[in-house]
Amino acid sequence: MSTWLRRALFTLVVVYLLAPLVVVAGVSLNERQVLFFPPQGLSLRWYGAAFTDPSWYHPAINSALVATFAALIAVSIALPLSYVIWRYRVRYANVVMAMGLAPFALPPVITALGALALWIVLQSYGRPYTVALSHGAFLTTLPLATLTVGLQNMNPQLVEAARTMGATGSAVFRTIVFPYVRPYLLAGFVFAFVLSLNEYIIAYMTVGFTFETLPVKIFASLRYGYSPVMAAISVLFFAFAVAVFAWIGRVGDLPRLLGADETA
Amino acid sequence: MSVPVAPSVERRRRARDDGGPWPHLLLAWPTLALTLLFLIPLGTIAALGFFRRIQAGFFEVGFVTSNYARALDGFHLERLAVSVLLALAATLITLLVAVPFAYLLTRRPRRAQVPYLVLVLASLSLSEVIVAFAWSLMLSRTSGISNVLVMAGLMEAPASWSPGLWAVVLAFVFVALPLAILSLYPTFSRLDQELPEAAGTMGAAPLVGFVTVVLPLVRRAVAATAALVFIFVLGAYVIPQTLGRPAHWTIPVHITDQAIMKNHLPLAAALAIVLLVVSSLIAVAIVAIGAGRFDPSRSPRLAAPERAR
Repeated sequence: MSTWLRRALFTLVVVYLLAPLVVVAGVSLNERQVLFFPPQGLSLRWYGAAFTDPSWYHPAINSALVATFAALIAVSIALPLSYVIWRYRVRYANVVMAMGLAPFALPPVITALGALALWIVLQSYGRPYTVALSHGAFLTTLPLATLTVGLQNMNPQLVEAARTMGATGSAVFRTIVFPYVRPYLLAGFVFAFVLSLNEYIIAYMTVGFTFETLPVKIFASLRYGYSPVMAAISVLFFAFAVAVFAWIGRVGDLPRLLGADETA
Repeated sequence: MSVPVAPSVERRRRARDDGGPWPHLLLAWPTLALTLLFLIPLGTIAALGFFRRIQAGFFEVGFVTSNYARALDGFHLERLAVSVLLALAATLITLLVAVPFAYLLTRRPRRAQVPYLVLVLASLSLSEVIVAFAWSLMLSRTSGISNVLVMAGLMEAPASWSPGLWAVVLAFVFVALPLAILSLYPTFSRLDQELPEAAGTMGAAPLVGFVTVVLPLVRRAVAATAALVFIFVLGAYVIPQTLGRPAHWTIPVHITDQAIMKNHLPLAAALAIVLLVVSSLIAVAIVAIGAGRFDPSRSPRLAAPERAR
């Protein structure tokens, strides 16, 4: 297709994805507690408020904790699972794999309702660990996807050579497989972390306001009183995501992590 | 694998591939975690739909069909129809943008792709709450783009476009677009670079080459992406709740409303199961269309390259 068409389409997509954030960024700079765009007066006070107002930084800390544990849980499920699928022939492993991939084939609200029902039945509704566990299982799809790509991209002759030289299974894993899949593991961890940080409906249904995460807090403000702090936080969230993925793009091979093949 | 291996080595490898207890030990935690956190919750919802609601917002074990009767009454069926139509519209618009975008992106050198991939990943990870907030600002009277249009002299007075049908659709497409692009990305980037060129050499215009040569090769991936996007949008809660009028409230809004506000978990569960069945059926149909069933006009010659891949 022609260069002209490509430029037009790329511009359209970039503008469409960035325009709402430009408006949010503008609103975050308002001097008074109003949501005007273009902003009236310029001030960074709402960014200050995001870090000094406990009603905003407590949810931020909660979210960071949940995302850290959720990403660890997701990776702890995905690594052994993808390794066994790649290395051994175990029949029920494919069933477990299907369970790991299934959450993304379900409407998110159903996953959330399932989590709510589970934790009510187990009488743990509202405990902080419930959201980390439910996020971890939900987001395990992401490290599963990156690790599967990584293991498939690995040259099987490397492993074959090591085994022929007498390396044991665990030695092969430690010295060849793990170092090779480490960037894929890290990418999967980061994807799960960032998505957990931003996830709303599961957090709302498992812990709600008893262990308020940032998205839950933002949604509450969306319904019961807008404030420019919401805009400041949104800008920080987006900037954080851009920084994280740009960093991965710098230190790693982003196209390959996302499934483009080894060559070319 | 076609590397020749000496018989003794081959036997040793087989023996190890069995792995003894290792694979089972390794699988213990994934199996336990996913059973507890995925399978049991799903089963619990399925059972809850038949339980009896008692006062004070709790429920007792039982077998009543009244929850499903209510989930399938006129009001909820109309909500279901609205949800499905909204999700299909958003899916269609998303694909019309995502398919050419992903294709053209993967034709670029790897290095040039990275900034776009970063933008797409960052947009994908953006909370639905933030997306709803951003679009409600974008389309509002005080802070929206209508102010910019007024300043540019294109409009008389600023207008409010949220809540409204288009607000919901625009935000749906915003969350679906990055997902679709990333889902198409692997297949498109593994596509032979020379195929469209060959079509061009044979005299096909670029667009004709894309439609007749490239699209048939990737229709499975496009259909799988359509199904993924459809289910994702159909399950969204915050966007229709915030950017839609009650007329645009989808089933997830009512599920959440019943589960949290009205404390009627059995009805929420019945609605969820209905949504699950309908979304799965439509997703399977989309994938089947992509695989070329339901399409008698499809020539077997075009189907061949994909199978051979």
